[in-house]
Amino acid sequence: MKFTRREILTAFLGLPFALSACRSKSENTEVAGEIVGANVNVGHILREMRNVEVPPNNWENVKVAIIGGGAAGLAAAYKLNKENFGDFVLLELENKIGGTAQSGESNVVPYPWGAHYLPVPFQENTELIALLDEMNLTEGRDVKGELVVKEQFLCREPEERVFYKGRWYEGLYLHVGENEEEKRQFAEFQKQVDFWVNWRDATGRRAFVLPVANCSRDAEVLALDKISFGDWLRQKGFTSERLFWYCDYATRDDYGLKLDQTSAWAGLFYFCSRVRKSGEESQPFITFPEGNGRFVNFLHSKIKDKTRMKTVALEIIPTEKGVDVIYLNTETNEIRGLHCEKTIFAAPIFTAKYLIRDFKTNPPEFVKEFEHNAWFVANLFLKDRPKNRFPRDFPLAWDNVLYESPSLGYVNSTHQKGIDYGAAVFTYYYPMCAEENARAKLFALNHKELADIILTDLSRAHPTIRELTEKIDVMRWGHAMISPRTNFLWSTARDKAQKPFRNIHFAHSDLSGIALFEEAFYHGIRVANEILPG
Amino acid sequence: MNKTPLLFLNVIIIATCGLIYELLAATVSSYVLGDSVTQFSLVIGIYLSAMGVGSWLSGFLDNNLAKRFVEIELAVAVVGGFSAPLLFLTFANVSYFNIILYAMVFVIGALVGLEIPLLMRILKDEIDFKNLVARVLALDYAGALVASLLFPIFLVPKLGLTRTSLIFGLLNAGVGLWGTWLLENLIKPRDTNILRVKGFIIAVLLIIAFIKADALTSLAEDALFVDNIIYAKSSSYQRIVVTKGKTGYSLFLNGNLQFNTFDEYRYHEALVHPAFAVHDGNPKRILVLGGGDGLAVREILKYPSVETVTLVDLDPEMTKVSKSVPVLGELNKHSLEDSRVSVINNDAFVWLDSAETEPFDVAIVDFPDPNNFALGKLYTTRFYNLLKKKLKPDSAVVIQTTSPLMARKSFWCIVKTLEASGFSVKPYNTTVPSFGVWGYALAKLQPFETPSKLPENVELKYLNEKTLSSMFEFSADTNLPNEEIEINRLDNQALVRYYESEWRRFE
Repeated sequence: MKFTRREILTAFLGLPFALSACRSKSENTEVAGEIVGANVNVGHILREMRNVEVPPNNWENVKVAIIGGGAAGLAAAYKLNKENFGDFVLLELENKIGGTAQSGESNVVPYPWGAHYLPVPFQENTELIALLDEMNLTEGRDVKGELVVKEQFLCREPEERVFYKGRWYEGLYLHVGENEEEKRQFAEFQKQVDFWVNWRDATGRRAFVLPVANCSRDAEVLALDKISFGDWLRQKGFTSERLFWYCDYATRDDYGLKLDQTSAWAGLFYFCSRVRKSGEESQPFITFPEGNGRFVNFLHSKIKDKTRMKTVALEIIPTEKGVDVIYLNTETNEIRGLHCEKTIFAAPIFTAKYLIRDFKTNPPEFVKEFEHNAWFVANLFLKDRPKNRFPRDFPLAWDNVLYESPSLGYVNSTHQKGIDYGAAVFTYYYPMCAEENARAKLFALNHKELADIILTDLSRAHPTIRELTEKIDVMRWGHAMISPRTNFLWSTARDKAQKPFRNIHFAHSDLSGIALFEEAFYHGIRVANEILPG
Repeated sequence: MNKTPLLFLNVIIIATCGLIYELLAATVSSYVLGDSVTQFSLVIGIYLSAMGVGSWLSGFLDNNLAKRFVEIELAVAVVGGFSAPLLFLTFANVSYFNIILYAMVFVIGALVGLEIPLLMRILKDEIDFKNLVARVLALDYAGALVASLLFPIFLVPKLGLTRTSLIFGLLNAGVGLWGTWLLENLIKPRDTNILRVKGFIIAVLLIIAFIKADALTSLAEDALFVDNIIYAKSSSYQRIVVTKGKTGYSLFLNGNLQFNTFDEYRYHEALVHPAFAVHDGNPKRILVLGGGDGLAVREILKYPSVETVTLVDLDPEMTKVSKSVPVLGELNKHSLEDSRVSVINNDAFVWLDSAETEPFDVAIVDFPDPNNFALGKLYTTRFYNLLKKKLKPDSAVVIQTTSPLMARKSFWCIVKTLEASGFSVKPYNTTVPSFGVWGYALAKLQPFETPSKLPENVELKYLNEKTLSSMFEFSADTNLPNEEIEINRLDNQALVRYYESEWRRFE
C-alpha cells in the first residue's frame, strides 16, 4: 500500500501542519542518504528458522556466551574481563556495537544514533563511577565525596532551547508569556518534585534513585505506578498547558510514551532521580559528540577479541551440563554452536520467546508484559548551520526542541566540541509513542518519505534546512526501548524475568523497565557478579 | 503653456546633481585612499577638465538635440547614480581601484559638460541669447551652491554616501523623463516612447538598488555608524566594517568597535608590553589568539628577540582585510605580511584542543568581548587549561578582559576564572578614550611581581614607567566587588550572563 505525501505528513506531523506544508512550494526533492542499521530481515530470521542443525565440526566449548552487544551485554563482558574471567564470547547481530547507544563517524564530528547523555551519578553508584574514573573522565571528588567530572565532558551551555510560535527561547520549560496561575502551578510542580526528592522510607531508601533496584518498595511510592502521569497531574489539580507539555516532553524523551501512557512512578522518576537534594539542580549531564557511543565503544575496546559481530543467535538450549547456543554468521551463512556453562541473555526480553527452546512452546507469562516502542533517529549532515531569523532568538543549543512538533527536535553534535561555525551534524529523534501498528507504519516508509517528514518538521524553525542538508541517514528502531506504562514497573514481571532460567542469566535495561544506560550497566555488572566464581 | 521656466528648473537640478557626483567621488576616494587634499584636488581637476571635454564634444552634435539631451540625462543617471555603490564595491574587490575611480569621474564630468551647452542650444529659439546665457549660467552656479550646502549638512549625515548617490541618479532620470514631456514637440513621437521606456527602466533599477542597499544592511549601518563606511563585508562569521570619521578610522565587528586609529596605540601598547616586561628572558615564540587586525602583532614585532608569531584568528576575511585594505595595512605596518608571522584561521578553542605545537613564551589573548556563547567559551577554565598546555613554566600571558567600569563583574569573573585555572593573575586597567576604562589580565603559571620596567630600545607612544605601574591600581568603582563572583565554565557560561546583564544597561 502506498501513501500520498499528505497522508504521510499528516500521520507523522499532524493534519494542520501537513496541509500547510503541502500547500507551500517546498519541493519534496530527493536528499542523499540511506536507511542504516539493523536489517529487519535478519531480525526476523529468528522467527523463521526451525530445526537448525549445527555441523559436528562447528561446535566449540566456551564457559560463557553473551547474547547481545548493547550496553548490558558489554557491561557484563567488561566486568568478566576485569575480573580476569576470559573464557567468554559475545554475539552481536549488527555490524556496529552498542545497541541503542551506538554512534557513527563523519569527517566533521562523530554523532549518536540513540542515547546521548549520562547524568553524573551519585557517589553511591560506585560501579558506574569506577567506569568513569577508568575512562579518565573525572577529576576527583568534592568535599562531600560526590564525583567531579572534567569540564569538557559536562554538557556545555547553552544546554536547551525551545521553538515556539516562530521564536527560539532558552530552556525547555516555556516561560515566555506565562501567566500568574501558570507560574504558580510550575512552582507547585517543583514542590511536588522536591517532596519526592526528600522522601525516604523507613529504611532510609529514596523513592527514586538510579539504579531502579535501589528505589524504595514502600506502598506509598508503588501506588504511583497504578495511575498514569497525566492522571496524577490532574489529580493534583494541575491544568497548565505548558506544564503538561513539559511533562509530556519528558516522558516522550525518556520513555517514548505520552503522558497518559506513562506510569506516574516513571514520570516522577524522570524528575526526581537525578536531584540530590530539594532545591538543588538536577545532576549535570556528561555528554560527547557521539553521545553514549563513547561508553559502549570504551567497554567494547576492552573485549574486542571476544566479540563476534553479525552473528544471530538462533536457539538457546538449556542442557544437563549448561547451555547450548546455536548461532548464524550472517556474512558466511555458517551455522555454529557453543557448548557453554552459562549464558548471559542481554537482548530485549521479548526476543526470549523466539530464542530459548523451552520458551518457544511455552513462553512464561511475564514475557508479554515487556512492551517496546518504535522510534526513528536521523542524522542530518549540514554544510552550514541554520541562522536564526531574529537577532533576539536564543542561539543554537545542544538540545533544540520544537514545542509544536511530535518529534523531540534535534541535538547538535558539534556543540560539545566547541565548534560553533560551519558544517554540523544534527541528530533528530522521533518516538512513535506506542501508536497502533507503529512498527508497520514506520517500516512501510522509504528513505525519501522519512527524510521528507524530518525536513518538513524542522522547516518550521529552519526554512532553509533543505538547502543546508547534504545527507540524511535514518535509523529505524523497531523495538527502541521498554515502555514503562502504568502497572508494569511494579507488577511482578520484572522480578520474575530477572531470575535465571536454569543456566541462562538475564541482563538488560528492560529488567528495570526504564531504558537508561545506568540500568543496562547495572544489570550487566549484576549478572557478571552472579556468574563469577566465588 | 510656456515651458521655458520649467527647463530652467532643470538647469538647477542638473547643476546640483553634477556637483554632488563630484563631491561623492572626492569623498569616497579620500576615505578609501586617504590624503584628502590630493584626492579632492585630483577629482575636481579631472572632473572640471572632463566637463570641458564634454562641452567641446557638444559641438559635434547637430541633430535631434532634444533627444540627445534626454539620452545624456539618462546616462548621467546610470553612471552617477550607481557611482558610490560601485566605488565601494570595487574598493572591496579590486586592486586598481583608483583607475576605476578616475575613469568614472571623467565620464560623469564629460556627460555633465555636455548637458548645459545642449540645453542652451535647445532654448536659444525661445529666448534671446543675452538673457539665455545670463539665466542658465546663474542657475548653474546657484545649483552648485545648493549642492555644496546640502552635501555636508544633510546628505552625508542623514542619507549616507550610497543612498545620496542613488537618489541623485533618480533625480537625473526624473529630469530625463520629464524632458520627454517638456520637449515633446522637438522629439519624434517614436523616439519619445523609446526614451520613456528607457527612463522608466533606469528609474526602476535605481529604486531597486536603493531597496537592495537597505537589504544589504547598509542603511542599518548608516544609521548605526556615526561615521562614513569605507569598507563593509559580511564574512561567514561576522560583519566587518571600517569607517572614517573625525577622529580617524574605526574597525567594527558585528557593530562592536574594535579600535579607532586615534587611540588604538594606547590599547595595543597596554595589551602587549606588560606581558613582555614580566617575561624574564628574551621571548622568542609568541602566540596571538584573536587580534586579526594585526595591531598587536605590530607591537610584538618591535622586539628583536621575537622569532615567530603564530596568530590564530577565526575569520580569514578579517586577516585578509588587515593586509589588503590600505589604511589597515598602513596602520599595522604590514605586520601580518612579516616573514616571522604565520596566520592560522581557526576557532582558537578548536585550535588549542587539536593543534600540536611547541610551547610559546608569550601569549596575547585578544578576543572580542564575551557577548555570545561562542565567544564565552574562549574565557572558560577549560579554555585556559588548554592554553596552559601550550605554555612553558615561565611564559607570560595577557588577556583583554572588557571594561572593569562598564562590566565590573564580567571583568572580575575573567580574573577569577584565570585564577581557578591555576594562573597567578595581576589585573590592570587603563583609559582608551574610544572604549573608556579598559581592563586586562596579566598571568603567569608562577607567582610574579607587577612589572615596573619597560624594555629599552622599544619605541612607545603611550606607556612609560609611571603609567605602567599606575595601571595596576584599581579605583573604588572598578575594584573587586564585595560579592560572590562565579567562575566561568563551559557548563555554566556565567560570564556571558554577567556581560549581557551589565552591558544591556547601556543599550
